[in-house]
Amino acid sequence: MIKMTKALTAGALALMSTTAFAADSSDPIVIPIHNWSSQIVMSNVVGQILEEKGNNVEYVTTDSQAVYESIRLGDVTMELEVWEGAFGASFRAALEKGGIVDVGDHNAVTREDWWYPMWTKDACPGLPSWEALNDCAAIFATAETGEKGRYLDGPVDWLKHGQERVAALDMDFVVVNAGSAAALWAEIGAAEADKRPVVVFNWTPNFAEAVWPGEFVEFPAWEDGCDKDPAVGPNPDALYDCGNPATGYLKKAAWDGMEAKWPDAYAVLEKISFTNPQIAQMAKLVDIDELEPEDAAAQWLEGNKDVWEAWIN
Amino acid sequence: MSDNVDRAQKQVAAPQFGTATIAFAMVGLAVLLTLVQYAGALPEWLHRVPEALVPNFAGWLDAIFSFVKDDLGLLALTRFLTEGLEWLLDASANIFFGKRRWPNIGPIPWTALAAAVAVVGYYLGGWRLALMGGGTFIWTALIGQWKIAMQTLSVLAIAAPLAFVIGLSLGIAAWKYAWVDRAIKPILSVLQTLPFFTYLLPAVIFFKVGPTAGAVATTIYAIPPMILMTTLGLQKVSDEVVEAGKMSGCSKFQMLRYVYLPSARTEILVGVNQVIMLCLAMVVLTAFIGMPGLGAKLLAMMGSFKLGRSFEIGVTIVLLAVTLDRMSKAWVIKQPEHFERDTPFWKRHQMLLLGLVLFVFFTLLSWVMPIAGEIGRGQDFSQGKELDNLIKWFLNIDWVKATTGFLRAFLNVKVLIPFRNFMLSIPTPAFILLVAAFALALAGRKQAIYALVFFGFVALSGWWDRAIITLYSVTAAVALAALIGLPIAILAARSEAWAKRMLLICDTAQTFPSFIYLIPAIMLFGITDIAVIFSILVFAMVPLIRYTIEGLRTVPPEMTEAADMSGATSWQKLWNVQIPLALPTMAVGFNQAIMFAFFMVIIAAFIGTQDLGQELQRTLAGTDLGKNFVLGICVALMALTFDLTIMKWAADKKRAMGLT
Repeated sequence: MIKMTKALTAGALALMSTTAFAADSSDPIVIPIHNWSSQIVMSNVVGQILEEKGNNVEYVTTDSQAVYESIRLGDVTMELEVWEGAFGASFRAALEKGGIVDVGDHNAVTREDWWYPMWTKDACPGLPSWEALNDCAAIFATAETGEKGRYLDGPVDWLKHGQERVAALDMDFVVVNAGSAAALWAEIGAAEADKRPVVVFNWTPNFAEAVWPGEFVEFPAWEDGCDKDPAVGPNPDALYDCGNPATGYLKKAAWDGMEAKWPDAYAVLEKISFTNPQIAQMAKLVDIDELEPEDAAAQWLEGNKDVWEAWIN
Repeated sequence: MSDNVDRAQKQVAAPQFGTATIAFAMVGLAVLLTLVQYAGALPEWLHRVPEALVPNFAGWLDAIFSFVKDDLGLLALTRFLTEGLEWLLDASANIFFGKRRWPNIGPIPWTALAAAVAVVGYYLGGWRLALMGGGTFIWTALIGQWKIAMQTLSVLAIAAPLAFVIGLSLGIAAWKYAWVDRAIKPILSVLQTLPFFTYLLPAVIFFKVGPTAGAVATTIYAIPPMILMTTLGLQKVSDEVVEAGKMSGCSKFQMLRYVYLPSARTEILVGVNQVIMLCLAMVVLTAFIGMPGLGAKLLAMMGSFKLGRSFEIGVTIVLLAVTLDRMSKAWVIKQPEHFERDTPFWKRHQMLLLGLVLFVFFTLLSWVMPIAGEIGRGQDFSQGKELDNLIKWFLNIDWVKATTGFLRAFLNVKVLIPFRNFMLSIPTPAFILLVAAFALALAGRKQAIYALVFFGFVALSGWWDRAIITLYSVTAAVALAALIGLPIAILAARSEAWAKRMLLICDTAQTFPSFIYLIPAIMLFGITDIAVIFSILVFAMVPLIRYTIEGLRTVPPEMTEAADMSGATSWQKLWNVQIPLALPTMAVGFNQAIMFAFFMVIIAAFIGTQDLGQELQRTLAGTDLGKNFVLGICVALMALTFDLTIMKWAADKKRAMGLT
């Protein structure tokens, strides 16, 4: 027992001493994990890069909206995927309250919205217009939704406002929330077998676009304030009567104490930038190849040394 | 309804005059209102509470919360407590799974822990428990889930003792001071019906995202039964024992320590058993706020339809639950050992020594053979992927697909959706009247007033439609559970052996954390309404069967013999003698089934419901404490209405039949 203790403390001390010379604090950098694959893998990729540099890293699973509050309080150190459409509102709110900093954009363009695989168009040729989608609502009906069409939205905690949009635009759809991103892929996969028309929540960059060609539904174009001011958008009395931004940003965010506490790690974070294909590839490693996230991250790092080694030197 | 009224009048000792008439009048009025609504003549404000009249409860609560949180500095206090709790959790995390924190001695090699658990099992209950305990831990390691299981246990190891200490202290206080008891009772009943999701958000806000918040929510949820069992045990201590203590000149503290607490040992240990089981069930659920461990993995696997892997994790959770349950129950039964004076130390503590020796042996062994310390990735025997494919294959067999597809379509289109639409079509005031009439007929005026007030609040909360959908899922599932469960229970109760077997199954099933019940539901029906109903149904059927069997088996033999002598057929005997006498006990089972259903319907939001649970789960993503609380209270009030009514009826009935 004592022997084990001694040996282990010695080991721990040895580990600590290597980091003690770095300017960074030896406290763990806390990286949040959410419920979609690219974010999980990217977090592991960045975590492993930082560990390579000698930082201590810990992962914590959090809600993807509540995380901004946790970053403000310093409970979580950084967020690697701030999607404009999904988290823009929470991120902006946190910025206003203070405690969180914008660490710049990835070299990626994002879009999240209602989406359908190409075969759906055969049954509803008027697509991608949302009015045409609404006219063919009946072909999307299921046993549970009766005559109305079913739209499979993302998990509830992504706060997609699908329900509000259906109400604001008076659409004949019932919004059903999937339990997770994987449930969305399962649904598209099941529909593919008999080319059944489906409309689901989807986003880019994502592996799905390579597997199932498809298009986003064109809703009334996003205007600033569509989520705040009822007057904006076609329905003067309702919020969320627009589509999501079609060319959204993908940002990195960090706790504002990070730069002082882990200056080196912060410098790396500033340089980090992934592209659409890289992000899609990370998702694919988990969603299609069924790797565990840590293994997927290790494999990605192995295969893309030229990308990330520049960031740490 | 009228049947119940008649029976209530005949059998309750002193029915209040006019109760039946009033109840009838209320039902009549409700029916009238509904008919007027169908005719399209009911003004909208009588159908649903107009939005303009809905008070901004959530806003007010938010204001109060932020005042308490920021201005009164509660956040600073809880954050201070968080530090301490985090330190404890970190230490336990280090010991169990080697998180890099003080005291830096972990992780315990799996072989050492399995051996220690086996010894504890042997000490408590002989070879069978030793096998069960050791086996569970060996399975966990071999299947490759050691680390996540230890993440769960490391939190349990902190949360359960905390809940025990706090519950015991509060229980003693409630027993000692009547005013504490009076103050605590109503809070406890609300706490026990409040959905678990309502505990989660405040925990995250006040106690930091991650294990600390999870541990706090778990602890608070597990405290009430400990308080109840402690008070119960202390109240039962006999006067003779107390006298003896007083005569030997005990001080107040000595009385408590050496007289009361040892005499209440059994009840207190039953409380411990409940604390452990509740903690395990809840720790798994805290996956929703990011607690790592078995729950998080299960959530992720179920979410992505990796059903084989979900199944394996489910088995681990069930094994852990059963092991912990059996061991703590064995501890309740085991009497303290007494040794003669001068028994050598090693003899008195031989089990402890044996455990230590094995522990050290395996720890040392793991230095020589790393596999005895940790089973690495790729070295385990998990068949998850193969099971995934097996289940997929099974669900794709034509007749299976046809059956589930038919059930899904039939139940949805013919039964559930019409029933839901019917419930939604009843005007709010009519619905409240119906519930109040039900409470009045079954229990009495007091309960009817509670029903009016409680459901009145739900109507004013602005979440009426979602509340009704919640209630619809509960009613539909409990009704189906009764349809399936009661015949099973009645059949099983006919023979001693079957009754025992069935009770054992129910006991075991009740130790399963609620989350587990979602696995078969999702397996069979995917993400649909039917899966929700199915999971609630299975979960609620357990207490229903259990109490029905117990009720039927405890019918006094004189009664059944009398029936036999008067030449009743076995059907007549069952229908006219056994069931009426068993009814109060069965009602308790019904009540528990309804409570379980309320609990489950909220968790089933994970599958995708349109009810209060979904809104509750949505609040977990934000900082809307007010809304979160209003939703939770709505669920609690509806559950409480049923609880108060049915329990009062069962108690009245028992008294009237002289069964207590």
